[in-house]
Amino acid sequence: MAADKNKTTINMGNLKAGGFIKERGKDLFTVRLRVPGGRMQVSRLRKIAEVAEKYGGEFVHLSVRQSIELININFKDFDAVVTELEEGEQKVASCGARVRVPVACGGCEYNPNGLVDTQRSAMEVDRELFGAETGHHKFKVAFSGCPFDCPKAAINDVGFVGAIRPELERKECISCGLCAKSCAEGAIAMDQESKPLYSPGKCTYCGDCVKVCPTGAWKTVQKGYTVRIGGKWGRRPLIGTLYATFLPEEKVVELIAAVLAWYREKAEGLGRIRLGDIIIREGTESLLEHLRCKFPDNIVGKTMPPQVVDNQTGMGG
Amino acid sequence: MSNTIDLRGICCPTNFVKAKLALEMVDAGETVEFLLDDGEPVKNVPRALKDEGHKLISLKETDGFYTLTLEKVE
Repeated sequence: MAADKNKTTINMGNLKAGGFIKERGKDLFTVRLRVPGGRMQVSRLRKIAEVAEKYGGEFVHLSVRQSIELININFKDFDAVVTELEEGEQKVASCGARVRVPVACGGCEYNPNGLVDTQRSAMEVDRELFGAETGHHKFKVAFSGCPFDCPKAAINDVGFVGAIRPELERKECISCGLCAKSCAEGAIAMDQESKPLYSPGKCTYCGDCVKVCPTGAWKTVQKGYTVRIGGKWGRRPLIGTLYATFLPEEKVVELIAAVLAWYREKAEGLGRIRLGDIIIREGTESLLEHLRCKFPDNIVGKTMPPQVVDNQTGMGG
Repeated sequence: MSNTIDLRGICCPTNFVKAKLALEMVDAGETVEFLLDDGEPVKNVPRALKDEGHKLISLKETDGFYTLTLEKVE
């Protein structure tokens, strides 16, 4: 029978978390690969190239969120693509109303600016929360190792920025002035005794003073993440706002899980809606209070709602 | 001791690479002075040289530029 001859079987389990995106036209899909933190082992890259050459088109696409996407994959090859990628330890990503693969900067192993291990955080979140359904909309997480914030933490549902709190040991200071010269925020000025005068109010906790100090007089007394919540980009951009400071690296997964729980509950019955829009509806105090019970040392006293970016189109009455 | 290397008018990262090359010609324990422009150079070069393991000794401003004194560490 013709029906039998053309019958295609596909393992639906592979499709559970998404990552297979329909292309224009018939039968073809983009397969988004799971690359947490954008870290790609060379051996995996080689395997991906092999699979892309065998099943895909002439090129792959490097997505905005650090994924490699295989282009022009015939849906009949889904199982073979998944199996062969797994030989190279490469998995398929997620899409839809789920926790997405976290993005991160290079971190602190080789990047001189990195203050925290963003790569480890990204891997942890990917391991613990990959593909978790939100029930509402996508949920994006990003990790920046320092306040340069290359990954743009504040346009994610939860964004993390590495930070350290500096403190001066006055007697170790040789009055060279390098810290004051290095501070981009003007948070350090040399006083009348030629010693640094620190204004914490201006500090963004980038650690440049600690890094440049020749004698180690500037110490790191606290390290962790500055946490911004409620951001997104796209049609109606929102900038996430400050919820926590110096969140210890080992509490990242717990914090995201707590935010997710609040989001799931508050968005109940509201359909496809992002976290930031829920915060605008509910007010910031509800989320702050929810998080404060679990992270009393890190949650800020008050914050502001996600900041609406007036993109000047479709904003009229 | 008159090891003075003028890195003024040279952008990052060329100034740092030139500093590294200059330090190759110096014995460990010797003191070297680098002349640096204000702005990015004075912010970046000292930190990068410290990161390479050298000992920063002082930074002085003279007529709009900076003199960084360091001791070469092998």
